[in-house]
Amino acid sequence: MFDRRATFWALSLPPLLWLGVLFVIPLLLMAAFSTRAESGGELLRLWAPSLKHYDDLFTTGTYWRLLRLSALIALVIAAMATVMAYPLAYFLAFRAGRRAGFYLVLLLVPFWTSYLLRVMALKLMLGSNGVINAFLIYASLITEPLTLFLYNRAAVVITLIYVWIPFAALPILAALQRIDLSLFEAAADLGATPFRQFWRVTLPLSLPGVLAAFFMVFIPTVGEYVTPLLVGGSQGLMYGNIIQDFFTKAANWPLGSALSMIMLLSTLLLVAIAVRLVDLRKLIE
Amino acid sequence: MRGRPTFLNGYYWGLIALLYLPIAILFLFSINANTSLSFPLRGLTLDWYQKLFEADAVLRAARNSLLVAAGSSSAATLLGAMIAVLATRYQFRFKGLLIMLAILPLIVPFVVMGVALLLLFSALHIDRSLWTVGVAHTVVALPYTLLIIVARLAGFDANLEEAAMDLGADYPTTIRRIVLPIIAPAAVSAWLTAFTVSFDEFALALFLAGTEPTFPVYLFSQLRFANRLPIMIALAVLLMIGTLTLVFLAERIRRVE
Repeated sequence: MFDRRATFWALSLPPLLWLGVLFVIPLLLMAAFSTRAESGGELLRLWAPSLKHYDDLFTTGTYWRLLRLSALIALVIAAMATVMAYPLAYFLAFRAGRRAGFYLVLLLVPFWTSYLLRVMALKLMLGSNGVINAFLIYASLITEPLTLFLYNRAAVVITLIYVWIPFAALPILAALQRIDLSLFEAAADLGATPFRQFWRVTLPLSLPGVLAAFFMVFIPTVGEYVTPLLVGGSQGLMYGNIIQDFFTKAANWPLGSALSMIMLLSTLLLVAIAVRLVDLRKLIE
Repeated sequence: MRGRPTFLNGYYWGLIALLYLPIAILFLFSINANTSLSFPLRGLTLDWYQKLFEADAVLRAARNSLLVAAGSSSAATLLGAMIAVLATRYQFRFKGLLIMLAILPLIVPFVVMGVALLLLFSALHIDRSLWTVGVAHTVVALPYTLLIIVARLAGFDANLEEAAMDLGADYPTTIRRIVLPIIAPAAVSAWLTAFTVSFDEFALALFLAGTEPTFPVYLFSQLRFANRLPIMIALAVLLMIGTLTLVFLAERIRRVE
């Protein structure tokens, strides 16, 4: 079957080439570049590999602290978004009835609108002459606008939780919909109170969805740099922001590459753990 | 289990209200007569929508984004379809590796992807342009197009192709007459998904856009200039309506299958 074999190569070579040049090589280049001591000059030039930048990273402490802090921020955001999304998924799975499909679309529409603009709109609400302050002044609760809502770490956390909630509801919903309804009847027949039924039947069975939701928010949030740029101010910076700084303003690409490598490796490690805990293939089905 | 006012019901609608509030506010400011984006509002106007059509730079950025999104989603759909056919219709040694490579961009943080591509283009002395943004978008849209098309192909029996070949069709004909029609609805939905991913993408574009900005990059550069924002918001409202139409179309087509 020569035809089939020729088609095989025609189908496999372009994607392999594309991913090789635009995905694998850039990451390898980044890995190589992180071992270059000096930052100036022609990029494609041989250099004596050095681990100077990694050494700096481990000894300076600032970067580590920021990485730990970013992981912590992402943890809080992922946990909060998952917890807040659970009742939504539960409502859609068991209480929304025939209109569940419409309710789901309604929930997802904001997720499909421009991210930058949603964040900007949030700024209009949280800012010093924003909706919340205008309301508080109008209600005579305060006389001067409060500035604690914007340009700090809390603003980053609030914004990202807000942005992720609809997304986090999806895997939980998928897990809830797979539960065999007769299990609820069985639990009720055996005299379980609704609370006990939830605690002993529903929650354990939906746990894979909960974990998936957690990781699906956590993983992209650790590497986040845009939201801190928009609402974080100087207090709300995350690890992604220093990477961005080293490739733009500070123009120290080798050090930036080393920082990116750390970010990439920790993300991959995290995904490896997540895949162990949750069978992702089940959720894609 | 009917829709009587329960805690869950209230919770759902409360969150819906919160999620739509910013969108409502944007809409309000797009028809607000005052330049400054603050309350109280100063009366209604359609000026911003009118001024929008005289604002060349804004329109140009929107056009750039349309070009990048159309090009990158077409390439991503084509590549996704190729890998999907390989994944569902062939057995070969590096299959797992190929699929993993195609899905991995979903996991790699965008900031890492952005700087890695920036390094590549700089090393090769390729100037940053809409092209560099576009090829980056094909890579990050590929996981979506692949997953959507694989789901479709996996639902069809490979025996259909065997039958066609038993009946005397050669392999390219089988692809054209059997496989492509099967893929078509999923390909449309994949294209629309990739389009929306690219159109809204900012984290990569900020590193890779040259002198020609995409709409999100332009929007970001203008956030500082308060007096230009109402025009941007007016365009954003129009674009939002456009995106939503696309998303609904994508869903419709996916459901019809």
